[in-house]
Amino acid sequence: MGIAELLLTGLAIMFAIGLWSVFFHAGANRIRATYGAIALACLFLLLPGIGYIIAAPGTVSIVLPLGLPDVGMRLRLDFLSAFFLVVVNLGGAVSSLYAMGYGVHEARPGRVLPFVAAFVAAMNLVILADDAFTFLLAWEMMSLTSWALVMSSREKEAERAGLVYFVMASFSGIMLLFAFGLLAGAGGGYGFEQIRLAPPSGPVATGVLVLVLLGAGSKAGLFPLHVWLPLAHPAAPSHVSALMSAVMTKVAVYGAIRILFDLIGPAMVWWWAIPVLAIAGITTLMGVLYALMQHDLKRLLAYHTVENIGIIFIGLGLAMAFHANGQTAGAALAMGAALLHVFNHSLFKSLLFLGSGAVLHATGERDIDRLGGLIHNMPRTAFFFLVGSAAISALPPLNGFVSEWLTFQSVLASSQLPQMSLKFLIPVTGVMLALAAALAAACFVKAFGVTFLGRPRSDMAGKARETDRFSLVAMGLLATLCLLVGIFPGQAVQALHPVVGFLVGGGLPTEAVTPAVPLSLTPFADGRSSYNGMIIFVFLLVSASFTAWFVHRFASRTTRRTDSWDCGHPEDNPLAQYTAASFSQPIRRVFGANVFSAREQVDMPPPGDNRPARFAVSMDDPAWKYIFTPLSTLVTWVSRRVNVLQQLTIRRYLTLVFFWVVGLLIVVALWN
Amino acid sequence: MELINDLFAQGVQMMLTLLAAPALVGLVRKVRARLMRRRGPSIFQPYADLFKLARKEALLAHSSSWLFRAAPYVVFAAIWVAAALVPTFASGLMFNWAADILAIVALLATARFALALAGMDVGTAFGGLGASREMMISSLAEPAMLMIVFTIALLAGTTQLSLIAQFMLDQPVGLRVSLGLALIALIIVSVAENGRIPVDNPATHLELTMVHEAMVLEYSGRHLALIEAAAAVKLLLYVSLIMSLFFPVGMAQAGGTPAAMATGMAWWAGKVVLAGALLAFGETAVAKMRLFRVAEFLGGALVLGLLGMILLFVSRSL
Repeated sequence: MGIAELLLTGLAIMFAIGLWSVFFHAGANRIRATYGAIALACLFLLLPGIGYIIAAPGTVSIVLPLGLPDVGMRLRLDFLSAFFLVVVNLGGAVSSLYAMGYGVHEARPGRVLPFVAAFVAAMNLVILADDAFTFLLAWEMMSLTSWALVMSSREKEAERAGLVYFVMASFSGIMLLFAFGLLAGAGGGYGFEQIRLAPPSGPVATGVLVLVLLGAGSKAGLFPLHVWLPLAHPAAPSHVSALMSAVMTKVAVYGAIRILFDLIGPAMVWWWAIPVLAIAGITTLMGVLYALMQHDLKRLLAYHTVENIGIIFIGLGLAMAFHANGQTAGAALAMGAALLHVFNHSLFKSLLFLGSGAVLHATGERDIDRLGGLIHNMPRTAFFFLVGSAAISALPPLNGFVSEWLTFQSVLASSQLPQMSLKFLIPVTGVMLALAAALAAACFVKAFGVTFLGRPRSDMAGKARETDRFSLVAMGLLATLCLLVGIFPGQAVQALHPVVGFLVGGGLPTEAVTPAVPLSLTPFADGRSSYNGMIIFVFLLVSASFTAWFVHRFASRTTRRTDSWDCGHPEDNPLAQYTAASFSQPIRRVFGANVFSAREQVDMPPPGDNRPARFAVSMDDPAWKYIFTPLSTLVTWVSRRVNVLQQLTIRRYLTLVFFWVVGLLIVVALWN
Repeated sequence: MELINDLFAQGVQMMLTLLAAPALVGLVRKVRARLMRRRGPSIFQPYADLFKLARKEALLAHSSSWLFRAAPYVVFAAIWVAAALVPTFASGLMFNWAADILAIVALLATARFALALAGMDVGTAFGGLGASREMMISSLAEPAMLMIVFTIALLAGTTQLSLIAQFMLDQPVGLRVSLGLALIALIIVSVAENGRIPVDNPATHLELTMVHEAMVLEYSGRHLALIEAAAAVKLLLYVSLIMSLFFPVGMAQAGGTPAAMATGMAWWAGKVVLAGALLAFGETAVAKMRLFRVAEFLGGALVLGLLGMILLFVSRSL
């Protein structure tokens, strides 16, 4: 069976599962079997992706007799789509494996199962699409199925999330529709092959850039178009949250890369990097600041997706700057950093969302201020969540550090760029990235510390039980992958080498592909900077175990359990522990006062007064306050005014149409 | 043979940083005491403290988990490994190639992450307070540190510490504005990261002013000994870092003769003593600042680092 057949079989199975599960979804075993089948179908699509990158058999094209009359439905597998196939289907397979345990508890499986299969299939189709029609069709299908998944819960909050998501998804679809309209030009060649032959240039290409940033950017979660993401991702069941946050945002990144680097490619201008870098830097910093202010575990994770999408787009922006200036090595480095972060983020964000799902199932709580002490009852989940937290905080020897290291190296390499404005912008972007990295660590100390450590803050948290085996295996798999990519960074970059070469027309220097020191990551030709995750890992392991052995052997090994010390005033009430809000209070004071106009109100009754003291924090979301709320007010206002037009008499309608036609004719006359 | 030599030199450096670190802490305390006209404990008192702590039984609160017991080892190992990667008496040691200065900063972040989590593990208010404040301080100190790193890396064209030290030794870089800004910023960051006055007071036992001490409040016995030792190694690491970046005078090269190594060691010891004395002097001259003034202090370091970096970006190809 060739690659093309494998791909089509995978897609066909996936759609078949979707249809089948519309009718048959009752019962734990059936749910389990369905998710197992989805995981298998993902493997059908995952293996061709891996195989293609390793064997590089040359572009595979498939034309199906579906779709538009002249265009048909064209699919194509090249290095870029192969890489994203790996990202999508790895995420799909692992979260389906997790759902074999987690999904059994679903209240309404009929509202979830069919859409999960269709959702994964649609994401695969977006990646394989080779003409604008198929791409947009699959894109809209991806939006609709994920919208249905968001709406699968009966909670009140899901309704608002669904509404906002629906509006934003339509916006994103329309923007991409216009973008492809511009790309196809007057001739209307909607096949990607035709667009590649005659790419737009000048203002038209700039128009495409703007539309792509709006369309793919709103799907990926670029600030300030991220507003739907922290509402919609948490509302879905946890394995779907993992898919949406870790995988669907990457499909949007794929869309941006496909259009900007592959379709427009040569017409790229250096100053395009300015808006991309500026938006990406702000997204990175705002994402993590928003996350720090949250105490809903899944929403916090969703905001971290915004941050990581920012990091990916910083890499892409740098790659654009290098690429447009003809500096291939720099472009390859930045693109490699962005793609590796795409892969890494899909791993640890899936892991974290699956972990939060396990917590949600065990306690029924997403509010971390009502959790605590879960490490005692859920030791394995806690360990895996800890690995994910360390990875997303860019701590060595895990994988998050490798891609941030590469991004920092490309920031440093960019001092060679000739344009003055970039010379000012890139260091500032670097500061934002550095701030975000440090703040992310603070945020995950908060998330992990308040959820898993300390003493339980509610009965439910105290009675939590470890999650099921399927879920643990899925999380364990992802945690292992996080570690493996972290200690074999050189191999990971080598695997990306052909993909990077396909996009920027030249790969990394040979030192990066075959390093002098085995397992080392050396992104520069003169070998001036290197990182060896394996040595660091072994070094850490050896010195920690040596220290432990030495201390236990020669000093003391006795321990005694006692009450906590707490400076002599231990407080029995677990509510006296630090919560998410109190943990982030210093950071809220430092950053929040300006960004979120955070206000603290203390109501301290005078002595003798018996009413309780109160403390309240209020914050404004700048994206809503300055952009979306005024916008929705405006839309409401306009539609009220226009509403009059709906109750006119037939005579007036005819008059209106008459003047409208006259007006249009005048415009056409002036145009010619 | 060469491999054995390299391994030996690396081993010497690792043991040296470990063994010398408490002496530096003792020295700072001694000089501070003298400046305050007290006699002060012996320079070697920290060793005695560590031995005493290590031999005592370790107390664990009922609500503590495995993370609380594992964290001291993680903290110690991460800081020790980071210290092994910073050139002290010689550049180009074996493991210097395994990681650059970005990785060293990140290793210190790993240690901080583990310690902050351990602070939250028992579930006391002070532990959370310490962890929260430590992460706030580090959220400004770490980016400032990275900006300094970038400034120097841009100048030297590498992020590898050994190469930077070699570059500073070989090339007359002269007095550069960027380097001056970076040095000031690095000193501020070092003070903050090591919890010294004016950011934090290592000797304080007034609960509400504690940062680092609040985080490790529940630790005792060998765990506390490890954390104290790690803190001492971290102080020495920062001193060595400043010295190898800005004053790499007298540093031996990889594969150098034993005599060159010995000279390098003597130079390094002299520089560390000088830095310790300067630190003590600085600490007696200023008062500890309020927690929220720290943000402005470190924000200043961040802006200095950024300025240094922009200056270098702009001065390229002009």
